[in-house]
Amino acid sequence: MKDAIGNVQRVVVLGGTSDIALATVRRLVGQRQDVQVTLAARAGDRRVAAASSLEAMGMKVDEVDFEAADRTSYEHAIASAFEAGGDVDVVIVAFGVLGDQERAWQDLDAALDLVQVNYTAAVACGVLVAKRLREQGHGAIIAMSSVAGERPRKSNFVYGSTKAGLDAFYTGLGDAIAADGVQVLVVRPGFVHSKMTDGLAAAPLSQTPEQVAEIIVEGLAAGRQTVWAPAKMRWVMSGLRHLPRAVFTRLPV
Amino acid sequence: MKNRRELAGWGRTNPSVATIHPAGDDAELVALVTQADRRGVLARGLGRSYGDAAQNGGGLVVDMTSRNRVLSVDTDTLLVGLEGGVSLDQLMRLLLPMGLFVPVSPGTRQVTVGGAIAADIHGKNHHVDGSFGRHVVAMDLLCADGSIRTLTPESELFWATVGGMGLTGLVLRATVRMKRVESAYCLVDTERCPNLDDLMQRMAEGDHRYTYSVAWIDCLAHGSSLGRSVLTRGWSAKVDQLPARLRDHALDFRPKQLAVAPPVFPSGLLNRASVAAFNEAWYRKAPQERRGEIQSIAAFFHPLDGVAQWNRIYGPKGFLQYQFVVPFGAEDTLRRCIEMLSDTGQASFLAVLKRFGESSPGHLSFPTPGWTLALDVPIGAAVLGGLLDRLDEEVLAAGGREYLAKDSRLPASAMARMYPRLDEWRGVRRAADPNGVFTSDLARRLGL
Repeated sequence: MKDAIGNVQRVVVLGGTSDIALATVRRLVGQRQDVQVTLAARAGDRRVAAASSLEAMGMKVDEVDFEAADRTSYEHAIASAFEAGGDVDVVIVAFGVLGDQERAWQDLDAALDLVQVNYTAAVACGVLVAKRLREQGHGAIIAMSSVAGERPRKSNFVYGSTKAGLDAFYTGLGDAIAADGVQVLVVRPGFVHSKMTDGLAAAPLSQTPEQVAEIIVEGLAAGRQTVWAPAKMRWVMSGLRHLPRAVFTRLPV
Repeated sequence: MKNRRELAGWGRTNPSVATIHPAGDDAELVALVTQADRRGVLARGLGRSYGDAAQNGGGLVVDMTSRNRVLSVDTDTLLVGLEGGVSLDQLMRLLLPMGLFVPVSPGTRQVTVGGAIAADIHGKNHHVDGSFGRHVVAMDLLCADGSIRTLTPESELFWATVGGMGLTGLVLRATVRMKRVESAYCLVDTERCPNLDDLMQRMAEGDHRYTYSVAWIDCLAHGSSLGRSVLTRGWSAKVDQLPARLRDHALDFRPKQLAVAPPVFPSGLLNRASVAAFNEAWYRKAPQERRGEIQSIAAFFHPLDGVAQWNRIYGPKGFLQYQFVVPFGAEDTLRRCIEMLSDTGQASFLAVLKRFGESSPGHLSFPTPGWTLALDVPIGAAVLGGLLDRLDEEVLAAGGREYLAKDSRLPASAMARMYPRLDEWRGVRRAADPNGVFTSDLARRLGL
């Protein structure tokens, strides 16, 4: 149960090796480290490393197998995460892949894989998590969207379309379950230096995972439903969204 | 009948959503309790606990205030039989004209008897009369198995319920021993104390001569003025002590509500500057020393009840109350805590200092002999969480504890160290409620 200061007791991360999610957990636990964290992710070195980095800070970490392409996997992961302890204060929906844009719009398997992970699984997890949090009568979901969903562009519109779908789902979910005491925070970061973007050239207004985490935790405490990272990305994207298409398609974005 | 909505404590900080059910008759409550799902059941009274003690997220919360009948009054034995949802306000209005006063009154009349038992509340007379539970001679408790048990102070479950934060069952009825009074007034001595040493010395030397004693401290004062305060102490006034104009109506009790705080207050209205100005004015206005002033019970005990919904003045982020007790001999800890509060400038209206007398036998009853300090702090400053965590450590190191009815942020690990009889209490609770039907957000947060 979250306390009056905002200290949390239990956090579940779906996509438990996400750099932004891990930075968010580190920031969220702040002064009190006696927090129980469940990392749901594919088994492997990355998950082990993520778990030990949080344990080194004093958190108690459980690891749960989670495969976004497999329905039985996420059903099981969410059930076991919620049953492994007391009430869950925050669930971070952080899994997702960038995919290979050129393959993704030309190759059926590549397109469906991207949609399955970034959208279908995200919706499924939203449904399952929302049910659990409603039963508690309190809690929060942090859903990792992206500015790429705000206006599709030629260079990554398949990824962008999945994030647009995720964004719409979680934004609506937030309205649907607000009366149950559950907050849904949709996070729209721009370019973030993380393992997902490793090797890509940084876009303007790029951020570190820690900077995004700071914005997320502040937004959570303030009871917001949407945050942009950085905050001014909201105005940049608002401008881009309203550009005439003929102009937009000529931009080097 | 059922109604799902958000509930918060008086501090309005960490709400949760529960199904609210108005308390019906005994049979209906038995059915509710025996059919409860795994999110459990909790009684709620007037919601004056500051934190999450009267919340049960996702579960059932029984609104006990509809069970507010006074069942019997015996002016010879001073025993009053009543339902758990009766408020102290209601009791005072009904019983003061008969010359009876509640044995213990907290800073507000707006609490129920069930809540007073659950939190084993204390008042300004704790140093002589102890906590509320000591004046309860019997109660009917609806237990998890659907049985209604009449408990007396001989039973362990009675003392697990006194201070048990509602986690042993629903207090359906209680028999409480009242105090006899001649008037609805108090005879009050007021002294202004320039610093903490002066205050503590006066309290230690003189409290035993008074029935009621409390000091209001300016926690923003520092240096040589650290702990400057106004000490007010008194007794229930006898008729011949009243001025002639009051003698004919000595037992009249008609407290007025002066105002209602508007629903929307901006955050940050109470900042260091505004609170410091208030505290300064309040200290200056107090007399250096005044003896034998006549004050009404409402003015002496419940000054804040004059403004309904005063908790709104802290704005939408809400506030918390931090109340701890440290044993006599730990005066240095008390001083250090006040210094820490003063140094960080956490804006607080006056803090309240009082000396506790003997503990009650309640396993989780808060008062233990020593100094207790209570202060309101608005939520907002980034330093607040760390400051209070450090205060916890000071309190723990001195062998002190914090008050669950006020708590909204204590770490579970500290709870077990503050209440050494917690395991014993858990044993009694487990025997009465093996499946944990009675639960609350506070119980989940602290792992009770």
